[in-house]
Amino acid sequence: MAALSLTLTPPTPKPPSLPRRISTFFFRRPNLSLILTLLLPLLWLVVFYIGSLSSLLVNSFFRLDGFTGLIVRQFSLQTYRELASPSNVDIFVRTAVMAATVTVTCAILAFPVAYYMARYANYRIKGLLYLGVLLPLWSSYLVRVYTWKIILAQEGIITWFANLLGLHGLLEALLAVPGIGGPSLSFSFLGMFLVFVYIWLPYMILPINAALERVPKSVLEASADLGARPGYTLRKVILPLAFPGVVAGSIFTFSLTLGDYIIPSVIGNSSFFIGQAVFAQQGTAGNIPLAAAMTVVPIVIMFLYLMVARRLGAFEAL
Amino acid sequence: MNAPTQLSIAVRLQAVCRYFGEVKAVDHVNLDIYDGEFFSLLGPSGSGKTTCLRLIAGFEQPTSGSIQLYGQEVANMPPYERDVNTVFQDYALFPHMTVGQNIAYGLMVKKVPKPERERRVREMLEMVRLPGMENRKPSQLSGGQRQRVALARALVNHPRVLLLDEPLGALDLKLRQQMQIELKAIQERIGITFIFVTHDQEEALTMSDRLAVFNHGKIEQIGTPTELYEHPATGFVAGFVGTTNLISGDSARKLTGSPETLSIRPEKIRLCPPDTPVTEDLYGIDGTVRDTIYLGMHTRYLVETDAGFDLIVVQQNLESASADIPTTRGSRVKLLWYKDSARRLTEME
Repeated sequence: MAALSLTLTPPTPKPPSLPRRISTFFFRRPNLSLILTLLLPLLWLVVFYIGSLSSLLVNSFFRLDGFTGLIVRQFSLQTYRELASPSNVDIFVRTAVMAATVTVTCAILAFPVAYYMARYANYRIKGLLYLGVLLPLWSSYLVRVYTWKIILAQEGIITWFANLLGLHGLLEALLAVPGIGGPSLSFSFLGMFLVFVYIWLPYMILPINAALERVPKSVLEASADLGARPGYTLRKVILPLAFPGVVAGSIFTFSLTLGDYIIPSVIGNSSFFIGQAVFAQQGTAGNIPLAAAMTVVPIVIMFLYLMVARRLGAFEAL
Repeated sequence: MNAPTQLSIAVRLQAVCRYFGEVKAVDHVNLDIYDGEFFSLLGPSGSGKTTCLRLIAGFEQPTSGSIQLYGQEVANMPPYERDVNTVFQDYALFPHMTVGQNIAYGLMVKKVPKPERERRVREMLEMVRLPGMENRKPSQLSGGQRQRVALARALVNHPRVLLLDEPLGALDLKLRQQMQIELKAIQERIGITFIFVTHDQEEALTMSDRLAVFNHGKIEQIGTPTELYEHPATGFVAGFVGTTNLISGDSARKLTGSPETLSIRPEKIRLCPPDTPVTEDLYGIDGTVRDTIYLGMHTRYLVETDAGFDLIVVQQNLESASADIPTTRGSRVKLLWYKDSARRLTEME
């Protein structure tokens, strides 16, 4: 190989340009960059999230003067005493039971779908399924609820289909069940339950799917390799690893059901849910303190729920 | 240690094929692995060695052919009914369980009572030199430690055959060499059959009693490390197991009078002064040193022969190496090697 003779002249240093100097300034001060990055979202969180929540909490300790109809801005527990009245407790129990039932049903329906998407579906089918899960979220929630009103109505497609299959008797028997029944599906808890499950199901499928996507195939093979049959692997490996996803999904389905007031007012009968009660108290009744106190209830329920979930180890595999 | 004397067959593959659509991942593989043997499946990625292991473990079913474990046909048996355990390439530890729970998993499945389970887990942790680590989570362990836990989790079940799928691939060189020695020691102590998949020929040579070289879904050669290195059956084996010089076509004809490809290992060639006489038992060829790479223990030379092809030559850097051998770039040299140290290969890639 012939020896190469090269003369390298170092380039004459140019003074750095302004953008370069700015970049260098921030590069040398990572903390300042971080503060600037977080400033806007932090401001937003503090002012709007924490701000509105604390104003809610403060308001719940005011009371409404029964004679004048004016809000007395003094610390008082009278509103909370009012909150504990049997008719209000009824509302809370009804809402919480509905939220729990919807959550459990969503989890049972979502798991197989999420599992199929994570384990078996190829790219095409997975894409289609994601689209299918997300598509309903593209259209207005209100429109979809009213669509269900029509589907569930006495003259709707479900009744028609039940008649066609000769299952009319079954439908009527279901509607005759006290507590969940009603004059028609569109005026019953059963119908409301169906709509809740329909509306919130995507919020359960996606987190479970995300949890299952993170489970490597080799972990399931290892379980089989160590002698576990598929059922054992499901109980000891897949479900525990999917559990954080189920909890994340249930936070959505549970809290969204707790706070929703549109579905109960469109589909339900005249029994109130928390959301409707809040709406009525702050609107027609003008009882802002009670409305605020009622809003604290779902927050407390969610808090308790998360504590239990933590106890069950929901966040250990995170 | 060579092939064991009692030749009971642990794993027998007969005409095993595994096709993925058009791709013949494993193509008519015949293989006998003896009881107590450390057997390696060696080959480049995509050569079918891992698929072969997965067929033995039961994660794949063969398209055709027969797989026997100690005489029992298992080709269509699910993994949880086979008496083999696997150490996975990515370790596949259960992330939600502690180290102790991971190792005890197979015993839990078999409903082994708790005191015995705990005792065996402790024993295993001691064997893989992780005593007292029961309550750690896999995420708190280093790569080498996870590797050991994976090994313990498989061995605690006393499988008849242990399958290892490139278990050392993710470790750094020092740790890998240490684990090679430990694995081999463990295998010799407990005496069960190890089937070890690797693409690292050095690893396969140092650890195995015997090995099979895979290429394009087929086995090119089966033998002991010495057999494979000294008597490679094909050009592929010669090139994959160690480095070699392949001399083919006209160049081969000039040397031997036959067009058959010759394989000659770089360390079997002697670098001599250009006037060295060539005796009857030697091949000799003149050339010019083009490049030298100093590698500490030895030096590698690239020599361009006057016949036009290049040869790689490796010479040990001995104290006694005579100073008159021209080794600088551009020096004229004569290359000599014993005729019987060159291999004639039956086929070429």
